[in-house]
Amino acid sequence: MQVHLRIQRYNPEVDAKPYFAEYDVEVEPTDRVLDALNLVKWYHDGTLTYRRSCAHGVCGSDAMRINGRNRLACKLLIRDVGTNITIEPLIGFRIIRDLVVDMEPFFEAYKSVLPFLINDDPAPVGERLQSPEDRQRFDDTTKCILCACCTSSCPITWTNDEFVGPAAIVNAHRFIYDSRDQAAAERLAILNQKSGVWRCRTVFNCTEACPRGIQVTRAIEEVKRSLLTGDVS
Amino acid sequence: MYHRFDAVIVGAGGAGLMAAAQLAGKVNVAVISKLYPTRSHTGAAQGGIGAALGNLEEDHWIWHMFDTVKGGDYLVDQDAAEVLAREAIDAVYELEHMGLPFNRTPDGRIDQRRFGGHTRNFGEGPVRRACYAADRTGHMILQTLYQQGIKHQVQYFNEMMMLDLLLTDDGVCTGVVALDILTGEIHVFHAKAVLLATGGFGRIFKVTSNALSLTGDGCAIAFRRGLPLEDMEFFQFHPTGIYKMGILLSEACRGEGGILRNGKGERFMEKYAPTLLDLAPRDMVSRSIYLEIRQGLGIDGKDYVHLDLTHLPAEVIENKLPDITDFVRTYMGLDPVTDLIPIQPTAHYAMGGIPTDVDGRVTIDENNTVLPGLYAAGECACVSVHGANRLGTNSLVDLIVFGRRAGRHMLQFIAENDLHPLPKEPDFRARAEVSALLDGDGTENAAAIRADLQEAMFTHAGVFRTAEGLLQLKDQLAELRHRYSRVGLRDKSRNFNMDLVETIETGYLLDVAEAVAAGALAREESRGGHFREDFPERDDANWLKHTLVYRTSGGLEMRYKPVVVTRFEPKERKY
Repeated sequence: MQVHLRIQRYNPEVDAKPYFAEYDVEVEPTDRVLDALNLVKWYHDGTLTYRRSCAHGVCGSDAMRINGRNRLACKLLIRDVGTNITIEPLIGFRIIRDLVVDMEPFFEAYKSVLPFLINDDPAPVGERLQSPEDRQRFDDTTKCILCACCTSSCPITWTNDEFVGPAAIVNAHRFIYDSRDQAAAERLAILNQKSGVWRCRTVFNCTEACPRGIQVTRAIEEVKRSLLTGDVS
Repeated sequence: MYHRFDAVIVGAGGAGLMAAAQLAGKVNVAVISKLYPTRSHTGAAQGGIGAALGNLEEDHWIWHMFDTVKGGDYLVDQDAAEVLAREAIDAVYELEHMGLPFNRTPDGRIDQRRFGGHTRNFGEGPVRRACYAADRTGHMILQTLYQQGIKHQVQYFNEMMMLDLLLTDDGVCTGVVALDILTGEIHVFHAKAVLLATGGFGRIFKVTSNALSLTGDGCAIAFRRGLPLEDMEFFQFHPTGIYKMGILLSEACRGEGGILRNGKGERFMEKYAPTLLDLAPRDMVSRSIYLEIRQGLGIDGKDYVHLDLTHLPAEVIENKLPDITDFVRTYMGLDPVTDLIPIQPTAHYAMGGIPTDVDGRVTIDENNTVLPGLYAAGECACVSVHGANRLGTNSLVDLIVFGRRAGRHMLQFIAENDLHPLPKEPDFRARAEVSALLDGDGTENAAAIRADLQEAMFTHAGVFRTAEGLLQLKDQLAELRHRYSRVGLRDKSRNFNMDLVETIETGYLLDVAEAVAAGALAREESRGGHFREDFPERDDANWLKHTLVYRTSGGLEMRYKPVVVTRFEPKERKY
């Protein structure tokens, strides 16, 4: 079947501003949108630029806006998106070229929430014990692949450069509720600042955008509740 | 741009980051990645990491060692397999201490499950050895190690692609040259010690579980600089790839009780591996699938069979295999709880690579002479712990155990050695390669060359091989090499030029494919992942040895080195 792609292009070396280029390619209904992009790049227009790696939704490279929604191009099949496909870069980030955006601010926000286990007790000879229930407590937020679909879907991040964004909060959540971690208070203090969770207006765009099915808004709400109650169980 | 570091690590998957964790905070270390570190393909590993913790039933490192040796069809160096199996235990605990969220037993310990080829008491029956975090164990390893790097302020150079390895005339490694993809600038990294951890090269094959970025960069560059590659003919085809797409469905599916069925609905592994059945090693299962297909017993006579999970409780599928369930729903529109899943073998893992000793030091000949300052670990390296066929979960074990050992040895090497001067004009070759592409007027399309390469390799160097097919492949590769000499870019920009990146990668794929094809043609026996229909038996008298392939001005040259046998004499391999 033939699909019609409208892709936002912008190469700052030659273009004054972004524009849309259009391509028609032959694909199977079970092909991924990424396959269609690859066909364009490999056989029609080698200048088309985007990130990609694993091609099955686990590495988080190819987050982009497809027909107005943030998706991983490798996790969306043609049959689920139709024959007219508009592709734009994630919004809220500086465009580097075509569909490639500047991810540095996103990773800086991630780093700001201390996204690593903090436990200063000497480690035991074997594993630290953790009950299956305690492990399950933060299971959902361990799934994050840092693709930025959620952060880019959040209207607050479009206008507010300070807000750490949903992905950073998800990764803070992953440690705040880990029974082995000892720095929940520090992370909560970070997220209590004006760049933190209180910027969230509970729009649920992030949850809808997450290609890993993480209940992002719920995770943010749990952090808010812990800030109010002081309870991190 | 010029940079000076004590240690430079190329590749930010499990091996690179585990090494970085040993060096961070102690010496000046840079990690170069073609992607962002969290995009590395370690993150796609699903089922588990093997270690004889014995949390659920009796297990011992020596059983793990035996399974590794037997799984590898006795081409494994047993001194290395012993290190792997012994140190896996402590390395898994180290990951847990770093924060890795393993699944837990009711008493709070790391949970373990069955996996292909993992046995108790030297092959008596299956054992629970694979430590896991749902079916995203690799994702959790990658995340945890990246988090540690942030904690210890490792300096990451993201979206930087290695173009060259700097070796002096007297055989010392002094650094690497890399392309900053963002700007098109060439960077020289001058270092006392370099670790290659660039991953595999599954993209030489048409159907593969490997990421688009897995193009054998480290292996190809080492090969171009005159270093040997070891056992390249041994490539693992994982039995359960999603039909046509090649996306991996973990062995954990069978570890949790999944069954393979042919077109008649028969559990055909009963014929081929009566004891371990569906959990036989991967090379055997993949061959069995093709044997069924050849007898017309594929589904509707076609080239695939079914993975059946429908008899498992829905909660096991949803909770222990959530990502797999998601893949099957997303890419096939099927529900593993109720539907049979069409699968075919998919090119998965390179057992061969850059030869190293057990400390990750690169060795350059059959006497295991070390090249000072150069290390390799992970899939790009060949220790050799995988021999002719890697045991399930041992890829992650390899990354962690030998990434750690390489990092620790580098620390010692850095303390004991001065910085060696760089060769003159260190970036000369890299600049010439890039300018030839950016300023050249070639017309051949790299993507078309790559597609033809992948098709040819899948046809002639896949699960079954013959001299006739491999000779044909040799001619095809020569033709592709000729076309590549006239390759041209469509994109001439400096900034984020992925056409340039992919074209360079295609050159790497060609180098690596030639090494695989040459090793496969030379090895006139069948062992592990290398099956020659014209030589269907294992031949220990002539072929119990490692291949070393060199690129010389006169073409590819083969040398061989002995296999290290310590505890387990080679025996016939039955499951």
